[in-house]
Parts: sequence; C-alpha cells; structure tokens
Amino acid sequence: MENKKLDDNLIKDSKRFAVRPEGHGRRKKIIRAICVSIATVLTAAISLLFMMPIILTITNSFMSPTEFAANYGAIFATTKSGGRQFVSELVNLKFIPDMVSFSQYATVLLKSKDYLLKFWNSMILVLPIMIFQLMVAAFAGYGFYRYKGKIRGVIFFAYIILMLMPYQVTLVPNYLVSNWLGLLDSYWAIWLPGIFSPFSVYLITKYMNRIPISCIEAAQIDGAGEFKIFTKIALPMSKGIIMSTGILVFIDYWNMVEQPLILLSDPERYPLSVYLSKINAGEVTLAFAVATIYLIPTLLVFLYGEEYLVEGITYQGGVKA
Amino acid sequence: MMMAGSNVKKAEKISDKKIKRQKLSKHQKRTRWGSAAFLIPSVAGCALFFFVPYLVVIYYSVLDNPIGKHFVGFDNYISVVSNSAFRRAVTNTGLFSAVAVPLAVLLSLLLALLLDNKIPFRTQFRSFLLSPMMVPVASIVLIWQVLFDQNGAFNVFIRHFGFAGNIDWMKSNYGIVVVVFLFLWKNIGYNMILFMAALSSVPQDIIEVARLESAGRVKIFFMIKLRYLVSTIVFVTIMSLINSFKIFREIYLLTNDYPFESVYMLQHFMNNKFKNLDYQMLSAAAVIMSIVMVILIVLLFKAEEHFSKDLDG
Repeated sequence: MENKKLDDNLIKDSKRFAVRPEGHGRRKKIIRAICVSIATVLTAAISLLFMMPIILTITNSFMSPTEFAANYGAIFATTKSGGRQFVSELVNLKFIPDMVSFSQYATVLLKSKDYLLKFWNSMILVLPIMIFQLMVAAFAGYGFYRYKGKIRGVIFFAYIILMLMPYQVTLVPNYLVSNWLGLLDSYWAIWLPGIFSPFSVYLITKYMNRIPISCIEAAQIDGAGEFKIFTKIALPMSKGIIMSTGILVFIDYWNMVEQPLILLSDPERYPLSVYLSKINAGEVTLAFAVATIYLIPTLLVFLYGEEYLVEGITYQGGVKA
Repeated sequence: MMMAGSNVKKAEKISDKKIKRQKLSKHQKRTRWGSAAFLIPSVAGCALFFFVPYLVVIYYSVLDNPIGKHFVGFDNYISVVSNSAFRRAVTNTGLFSAVAVPLAVLLSLLLALLLDNKIPFRTQFRSFLLSPMMVPVASIVLIWQVLFDQNGAFNVFIRHFGFAGNIDWMKSNYGIVVVVFLFLWKNIGYNMILFMAALSSVPQDIIEVARLESAGRVKIFFMIKLRYLVSTIVFVTIMSLINSFKIFREIYLLTNDYPFESVYMLQHFMNNKFKNLDYQMLSAAAVIMSIVMVILIVLLFKAEEHFSKDLDG
C-alpha cells in the first residue's frame, strides 16, 4: 500500500516535471479557482431564487394591512359588492415592509380564533398519521426484509404501484370503504388510509434490505426471537431512514388538500392547508402571517431533522428490494 | 425480481427453491412465519383500504351504473377514451410528466455535481435549495398569485425589458410552463440531496485509477459515476413521478375545478367525475391510469436492470 502510493506520487511528479513546462501547474490552479467561483456564484443565485418565496412570506407577514393593500391590492382587493377595487394598478413586490407591524399577528392570534382552530385541526390530522404510518411501515419493512416467501415480490410490486397512484385513483376505493365503515365526515376517514399508505413502507424496506444478514444470524445464534431482533437490531439501525421518512410524511400530510375536501363536509373541521387557500378577500391581509405560523412546524421538523434527511438516504441503493 | 429472465433461469430457480424447501428445518419455518407476521398490519390495512376496494372499482368500470348494475363490457372504457375532456386531461398530464420529471432529474443531477465541487458554504446552499420543500402549499399559492397574476410581479418585471406583460399566466397557454417551474422549484432540492448521497458513495479508488490513466472529468462522469448512479436515477424518477402527481394540489388551489385548458389535468377530470357521481367513468379512467403506471414501472425496472447488471453493490 505504501509502495503503491509512493509509485503514484513518483508518476505524478515525473509527469509534472518532464512533460509540462513550468508554470502550467499555476495556470491550472487559477482555472480551477475560476471554475469554483463561477460554481459558487451560480449556486448562490439559484439558492436566492429558491429562497425568495419563503423570505417573501415571512417579511410580508410584518406588513400593515394598508401597506399590504397598497402593494398587492391589484390582486386580492375585492370590494364587498364583488367587483375589484384597484388600489394600485400593479403589484409591487416588496421584500422589506416600510414599517414593521405586528397587526397581522395580533389579529390572527387574538381576534380571529378561526385560524388557530384550523391550525389545531391540522395538528390533530397529521400527527397520528405520521406516528402510526411509521410504526406500521417499520414492521412491514422488517417483514419484507425477513420474509422470503413466494408472494413477497408480488406484494411489494403492488405497493410500489399503489404508492405511485395519484390520490384521485384511490379516491373511489377510499370513499367506498369510508362509506362502508361509516367513517365519512370523521377524521378516521383520513387517518386510516393515511396510516396504511405504502410510501414509507417502500422507503424503509429499501433501507432495511441493506442490513447485513450476518447481524441477524449472530442474534439468532444468541437465541433472540424475531421481535427482539427487530427491536434491538433492525430498528436502531434504521433510525435515520425512519426519521427522514417521518419528515417527508409530515410535510406531505401537513399540506393535504384533496382528502378533507372530499371526505369532510364540515368546513369547521378543515385543516389550515385547505382553509388558508380559500381565505376570503376581506382577510387576505392576514394571509402571510397565517402562512408564516403555518410554516413554523415544518420549519422545526426540518431544522431538527435535516441531518437525518441527508444521511438517512445515503445508503439507499437500488429501487428494487 | 418478479420479472424473470429466460426460461432456463426460471427452471433453475424453481429447482433451487424445491431443494431449499426440503431442507427447511422446523426452526427456519418458524422464522418464516414469524417474519410474515410483521407484514400483517400493513398488508391487512392496504388490503382493506386500497386493494379490495380497488377490485370494486374494476367491477364498477364494467357496469352501466353502480345502482342498476347492468354489465356493459368495455362501454365505459370506450366512452372515456372518446371523451374530449379526458383526452385533453391525458395529453396535459402526460406532457407535463414527460417534460417535468426528466427535467427534475437532470437539473438536480447538475446541481448535485455543481455542489460536488469543493465550493464554500456547501451545507448552507444545500439547506437553501432544500427549503422550498417545507413551504406550505397555501403560501405557495399566495405567492404564485402575486407573481403570475395579470397584474403580478412577473409581468411588472418583464415590462422593464420591453415586453407587453399583460398575460394572466395561469389562464393562458403558458399556464403549464408556470406549473413546471413550480414543480421544479419545489422538488429539485430533495432530488439533489439524493444525488449528492449517491455521488459520495461512488468508490473513490476507481476514480483515482481513472485519473491516473489521464481520463478527463467528463469521461470519468460518463464512464464511471453514471454507472453507479443508475439506481439512484431510477429512484429519483419514481419520487419525481409521485410528486408530479402531487403538484395537482397547487394547480387546484390556484385554479379550482375548471381551470384554463392548458392546465386541465387528469386529476381535474377525475375529481369532477367524482363530484358528478359518475363513478363508472371515473373507475374506467382509474383502471386505465393504473395499467399505464404498471407498464411504466416495469419498463423503468427493466432499464435499471439493463444498465446496472455488471455492477456489484
């Protein structure tokens, strides 16, 4: 090993000294530096573009209603008679408000309790789905890893297809079952299909398949049963993927739109994702503050779990399990 | 997987299995059933909420209506396929996925390669690019309205360059382009970290050898790195495909039930059929969609198998 390295260095050196004129190395370095700086500037520009909507949401949430109307009136302002009221002809995209005002937050948090209620609805809808989907999926992932029976391939393929389907394809099945079980208009109609969604099963199975079988065999020799192997070996080893899948599931259901609109008839029980986008013109000046509050849980989940998100997928290889 | 190769291979496999079965000890049998037990909650739930009702959907698709229950064969399929709204929806959705998904894969791969250079603030850039993922759908809708309305910021911006700038983008033929941008903005970050992870797991010694053989960066990428990225590319394609269907949320919130023609998606069609209680049409459309997806996935897996066959790990 040492020798090989030495040889390599020798080859490199001989190349540098023999073939190329002096100063070439420096030129190469300069070119490399230019490339890196171009890459940095490019990435920075793209990052800025990507960050724009989020910055806009947060800074504009500190805008007073009058300033909001002056800047965005062209789009949102609607008079009570229904006609458009043109405060300004055009939108004026503004990143920093003239005057920082907390009036939006004051109204949202203190006066109109509706938003907080919807926020709470969102929480109640999402958390059970996230927790139980992960639990069911962790079991199933281990099952797919260990079970080598004939129908395994068929079942897993069915899961992949099901996972790929847009919600509208599963809409009728979903509606039918909810109807049979009498779950319509209750959160159960959203919770149960969410809990059994195959998405996290797919991700976790893919990861668990990478656990070396020797770990399992060693545990078996020590007399551990399947359940013990699962809790003591497979689960700790897949902590990263379970966390990162959890983030994806949380973000996905935090933004659900179709399910509540179809399965719940009472708008009082809608989550904030639906309610906020149907915000009426009179309250649109609050929209950015509500959106910012709505952003906080995702932000927290993201800040807490970003590392998992990045490292959890590091070992993901093939798609097929 | 289940898509076996030649018949010979199949025969070999079967005989292998037979031998294995004979050798299966009592202990192994117990293990097999023990491991199958872990699958039960998920499989039972999926069967109850998705697979069994899906059979009902297939049943509905060959009936005249769910109440009368007259068998009509493929009539529903024929009327769906000849429906002009359905065709419009299929064209739009197909076009969108065919453009947006490869773009999302390609651009995120390029970004990952860009970040793979040793540029400063790498982790920060990574977080920035990942951040659109967490913006709630409702604020996206708000901001996209501010940007692409007739009086929106984008029009104001392009007026500086002498364009007329009075198009209401979501209600024009360019609506779909706006949606593609929205999709890319939202999904590229996650795809990018998938690629970054894959790039970092390419064996360094192989690259080192190639470099000594004086292979250029481009050659190294195409001859070595790309081979190791095949399975990640397939994975990213699958994730992007899922997300390309999920972009309907934003389209729906921006445009409601009956949007401008260019952004009328398959999901709009199905949603509206559902609201009109036209279950048999919806079921036929759903079955067609599933068949297309099965074909697509089988092709994708075949491609993966083909491109990564002489690669271990």
